[in-house]
Amino acid sequence: MAKKLPSTDVVVVGLGWAGSIIANELADTGLNVIGFERGPWRDTASDFNLAHATDELRYSRRQELMLRTKQNTCTMRNKESETALPMRVWGSFHPGNGTGGAGNHWAGITFRFQPEEFRLASHLKERYGKEVPAELTLQDWGTTWEEMEPHYDAFERLAGVSGKAGNLNGTIVDGGNPFEGARSKEYPNPPTAQTYAPTLFAETAKNLGYKPFPVPSALASQAYTNQLGVTMGPCTFCGFCTNYGCANYSKASAIVNVLPALIRKPNFTAKTNSEVLKVVMDSTGTRATGIIYVDSSGEEWEQPAEIVVIAAFIFENVRLMLLSGIGEPYNPIANTGTTGRNFAYQTANSVRMFFNDKNFNPFIGGGAIGMGIDEFNNDNFDHSGLGFVGGGSTRVTPIGAPPIDSRPVPPGTPNWGAKWKKATVENYLSSMSIGCEASSYTTRNNYLSLDPNYTDPHGRPLLRITFDFPENDLKMAQYCTNKVVEIAKAMNPREFVPAPRKGPWSNTSYQSSHIVGGFIMGADPKNSSVNKHLQVWGVPNLFVVGSSAFPQNPGYNPTGTVGALAFKAADAIRRLYLKRPGEMISV
Amino acid sequence: MKTFISLGAFALFGLSLSVHAASGADSYNMVEKGRYLAVLGDCTACHTVPGKPAFSGGVSIETPFGKLVGANITPDPETGLGHWNFDDFQAVMSEGHSRRGKRLYGAMPFTAYTKVTREDNRALWAYLQTLEPVNNPVETNQLPFPFNVRTSLIGWNWLNFTVGEFVPNAEKTPQWNRGAYLVEGLGHCGTCHTPKNIIGGDDNDQFLAGGDLQGWIAPDITSNPHSGIGKWSNEDIVEYLKTGANRFDIASGPMAEAVENSTQHWTDEDLMAVAVYLKDGQKPSPAPQPIAADDPAMVAGKALYADRCSACHVPNGEGIKTLFPKLAAAPLVNSTDPTSLIRVVLAGSRAGGTEAAPTGPAMPAFAWNLTDENVADVLTYVRNTWGNAAPAVTAGEVANLRESLQ
Repeated sequence: MAKKLPSTDVVVVGLGWAGSIIANELADTGLNVIGFERGPWRDTASDFNLAHATDELRYSRRQELMLRTKQNTCTMRNKESETALPMRVWGSFHPGNGTGGAGNHWAGITFRFQPEEFRLASHLKERYGKEVPAELTLQDWGTTWEEMEPHYDAFERLAGVSGKAGNLNGTIVDGGNPFEGARSKEYPNPPTAQTYAPTLFAETAKNLGYKPFPVPSALASQAYTNQLGVTMGPCTFCGFCTNYGCANYSKASAIVNVLPALIRKPNFTAKTNSEVLKVVMDSTGTRATGIIYVDSSGEEWEQPAEIVVIAAFIFENVRLMLLSGIGEPYNPIANTGTTGRNFAYQTANSVRMFFNDKNFNPFIGGGAIGMGIDEFNNDNFDHSGLGFVGGGSTRVTPIGAPPIDSRPVPPGTPNWGAKWKKATVENYLSSMSIGCEASSYTTRNNYLSLDPNYTDPHGRPLLRITFDFPENDLKMAQYCTNKVVEIAKAMNPREFVPAPRKGPWSNTSYQSSHIVGGFIMGADPKNSSVNKHLQVWGVPNLFVVGSSAFPQNPGYNPTGTVGALAFKAADAIRRLYLKRPGEMISV
Repeated sequence: MKTFISLGAFALFGLSLSVHAASGADSYNMVEKGRYLAVLGDCTACHTVPGKPAFSGGVSIETPFGKLVGANITPDPETGLGHWNFDDFQAVMSEGHSRRGKRLYGAMPFTAYTKVTREDNRALWAYLQTLEPVNNPVETNQLPFPFNVRTSLIGWNWLNFTVGEFVPNAEKTPQWNRGAYLVEGLGHCGTCHTPKNIIGGDDNDQFLAGGDLQGWIAPDITSNPHSGIGKWSNEDIVEYLKTGANRFDIASGPMAEAVENSTQHWTDEDLMAVAVYLKDGQKPSPAPQPIAADDPAMVAGKALYADRCSACHVPNGEGIKTLFPKLAAAPLVNSTDPTSLIRVVLAGSRAGGTEAAPTGPAMPAFAWNLTDENVADVLTYVRNTWGNAAPAVTAGEVANLRESLQ
């Protein structure tokens, strides 16, 4: 039996980007806020000290910053007829742990989604009618670009994003991404400098008639102080970026950009190494009364609160809802329920090139330093007659080439021995790849549920993922990769290797940690779990924030939108909910 | 809401006690003034253990003569100042005599506090009387023989101590005088920044010219343009004390604590007065010549700097404001004594976080992967590049400090 603690105004579960932003915004109103984090307190000065931060074995191979699967993991299967098995080692994706969450080891690529995305189902129906593949369960977000824009801007300023506007208040600006939605302000920092590989890609793309632009990057191009008074240092292109914490305060994260200011506020408390077990509901099921958590000595506590915000990684957001009986669990056979529905991923494609006469110095780089084009992304091209919808962001972002992981060798090279060593030496400096991070569209069969067989150390069922790449996305992957191949050929390599995403989905190699859906936002409680304010339908004092709210995933990295949704939810709570607690939207 | 109510109750409780100390309608203002004076004096540094009740004592102070411990100064009758009256407190502040004539050690900076006006001491006393009494026995004198014999302090006081309130200099502005009062009095800057004589007294011929403490060097904060803060503007000084950082430097070590506990809470007017006072009397002094760039230590140091230091402090030593200290033209870098520099390279250091600059960045420790010679070379390079000039650091100096840090 959990011991009951004195009540507080707000409980926030998860102190990554979303939770830290909301906790900070609500603490600013004077509310007493307690933030819960299942992992440790992380801090740049002590955790990502320059003298040891660049340790590939520790951070990349042994996944220091990731959740331990022994503490919590997922089970996975490709389809309904299979029995899911637990992931005992992270492979396909990397859930984070500790304050900052997955926002510590992210790459820093900070796109906004496009205006059409927020009404994707309507938009595609208007444009293609019955041509949209029937297997897809795409949905509108229940919000609009105009409602999202100020919150994207707030997040870009918080994270000190470096980039170049392509559409400033409706005017297309040379050098930026012409496909982006109209933005109210230029990026807070200019683009970072570029290394050789992205420069060569951009030149080639331009010659082919495309419009290359600097990838929007949360790695600061210059010293930057954000609206909370915390300072970022300029990125040094050290090459230990994705999978690592940043030693130079250059890669934006909650621990660099939010928590140093938030933790000083006397009305904010962080409880780390404290895992939230469930949301407590009142007898009517229409009000969350708080949460139950277990501390590091195994003691269970009940923390009552007036407002409960769940802002953990997608998997835990959805799992907590299922464990707490919030919303009806999705059933793909009956096609009923919403909790766990519309789960999607990202479709990662690439083309690797091997040159004879180039030196890319690939060890210089950062997760988000690069150039991209958007001609083949989302609905930026006409899909009539193609048999699929969606597309991908095509770009070259060399993240660094550390000695263990980065051994690009051409096909046919043995996996070990003298020939492998020779090929490594010959190709290390002269190989590069073009990536295409493409959309992942939802179907009736891809969903999240509680696993019937496997439990965590507290005896709670693990989350079960049922997922495979839809036909639509595999066709899209092949089409986009073919387009990338055209650019690759124009760069004149000795050899190139296209790698369009193929099924089935597996855990054997890393794909991306861009996992979305399962507790999606929308305008109708019949097919969504939260309204456009991230407020749970029917439980007005409960908010669930994160990529779990995406109804599907476009061909962009999700973090910019997760940050914007966090600001959006906080804004609604501040502006509307606190004045009149209750359902902010009635249907 | 609960928090607010309990705070309110505490304030009322405080008020009723303060009437006892300073009767009259103005007691609220008196207590508030005293609260601010306690911040100016950074009393908490020695009298509050972090996480323990305020001013209940117990902070250890390492001195070259042994350990002293900050007293419990809450109004607890048994273990604090509960039986004291104002005159007892005034005697401590102005004469270094505790109740019943017991002499205090110089770790309690009464050689500076003697300058505090009786009026300010009244306010401080009024504030101390409002504190929650905490029963916490503290043995303040933990010095070894013979230093633990307080009669030895008669001679010490005779040599090192001049009793007397601050006397304004009529030729200077009220702002300058306020600055002098703060620096020489409650601010007790000289306690760290003035070199000590062999028995631990201030060498006032070299007031604020830099001091050695706890394995750190408190740098020269005179207006000397090379070794001191002569290149800093008044605004730079205010920014440093307010935020812990300015375009030249970032507070770390004991100064980080001083900024976090004390100076960030000073009023802007008081900080500006300090700046005006510190900057007064700037005299042009010939800059020393740097060591030649082709000196072997300089060549080795340059390569080490590029590999290990330049990512943060940037290739031209300019640093990043509020994150990574500027090394060019920094007083600490040009200090004759390289102790603090060696220390931060070997052991690392963390800046203080303040309301204005909350990050609190850190310098990594390099003791595990730089040799004594590496550290000496890189510091020699830093101390003699970008306009800096200071004596070379030797491997022997590094070895000594490395040993004392272990």
